[in-house]
Amino acid sequence: MTGLTRDEMAKRLAQDIPDGSYVNLGIGIPELVAKFVPEGREFIYHTENGLLGMGPTPEEGEGDPELINAGKKHVTALPGAAYFHHADSFAMIRGGHLDLCVLGALQVSKDGDLANWSTGAPDAIPAVGGAMDLVAGVKSIYVITQHCTKNGDPKLVPSCTYPLTGCGVVDRIYTDLAVIEVTPEGFRLIELTPGIDFAYVQERTGAPLLQVEGHAT
Amino acid sequence: MINKQIANAAEAVADVFDGATIMIGGFGEAGSPIELIHALIDQGASNLTVINNNTGSGEVGLAALIKAKRVSKMICSYPKTANSTVFPELYRNGDIKLELVPQGTLAERIRAGGSGIPAFYTPTSLGTPLGEGKECRTINDREYVLEYGITADFTLIKGRVADTHGNAIYNKTARNFAPLMAMAGNITIIQAAQVVAPGEIDPETIITPGIFVNRVVKIPEPAIESQLVSAGETYP
Repeated sequence: MTGLTRDEMAKRLAQDIPDGSYVNLGIGIPELVAKFVPEGREFIYHTENGLLGMGPTPEEGEGDPELINAGKKHVTALPGAAYFHHADSFAMIRGGHLDLCVLGALQVSKDGDLANWSTGAPDAIPAVGGAMDLVAGVKSIYVITQHCTKNGDPKLVPSCTYPLTGCGVVDRIYTDLAVIEVTPEGFRLIELTPGIDFAYVQERTGAPLLQVEGHAT
Repeated sequence: MINKQIANAAEAVADVFDGATIMIGGFGEAGSPIELIHALIDQGASNLTVINNNTGSGEVGLAALIKAKRVSKMICSYPKTANSTVFPELYRNGDIKLELVPQGTLAERIRAGGSGIPAFYTPTSLGTPLGEGKECRTINDREYVLEYGITADFTLIKGRVADTHGNAIYNKTARNFAPLMAMAGNITIIQAAQVVAPGEIDPETIITPGIFVNRVVKIPEPAIESQLVSAGETYP
């Protein structure tokens, strides 16, 4: 069975963002979400290094070294954009002013714990950036990730073994195989990728997957 | 008469002492006061504690200061970036200390330090390794972690325009930590591409009021870190 590509995952997630949302996109697959704004909707992108109204990557050679995103890549500022300093930027984050943050993950637990900043390996250089502030403060946290690691291990687990970014913070998970919600009872399947069946997803998920009553399997 | 303009970067950093704590503005290369950092390398102060979001790239600017073994400790949120090799190597060898702080907590600790607020509660890092061992308190049914304000002996930042009173404005996302660090530095030094007379910056647009700035240095065409790195340049 074939799951969604990275672009298809990003496009699927974008369908669930309401018009007018203020959104922060993490580095990696989350950045792709910006390519798939559904017709008739407008999202305002926040980057924690001090810009609301972030626009697409400039043409090759047109970049400004003082106009970058959180991944330190060149970006543009759209009409209506605003620049601000870091304390204001994290007031937007911690103060609950942003509607949605989309992040990558190493692991998500059935309780919504997220591990996405360190594998805890002894020779790794620990680096956290703004991830812990984002999960602590933004209204909704969506994770977008491959369902399993490159080795085939589940990323959706009973409890995280990697160092945590935050406890009980994840609301939804968009993977190549399914859309899953974190509920007080654990992982709940919202949607299967076309062509993928329930048993296939459950086999690759480290904790029980609840199903909505009447959901076709 | 107030005139905070200093002739050059070397004079501006002349009194930095061994063991000083130094805040350096910038998020990656955006806002990095590269000429002031190079002047600090020439000046020679060592055993510095440096507060910056990152640890520099290539072997210029902050990375060059670290490479020259002048920094004994970094306080930052993200010590690895593309082209960042100097810090990781020293860190793996145990030759430099690291205090890892979530980015928003770092910003708020600096703002608090500069604002006379000794500590504050934040939800960030609760239940994670970075919150371990810290004082916690439940306020309105939510648990928070206590974090302390920080100040510095010197702050080095980069602006676009400053006047001789120290009032300053920045350029796009190069603003980042600079206005906060300006408040938290005992001696704040700003390098600006333009230095103008008081009154030439519209008071409505000033981001950093001059009271937070002690010294202004004019650097008309500041180097661009990524260009130096791709050209393979090193400092000194």
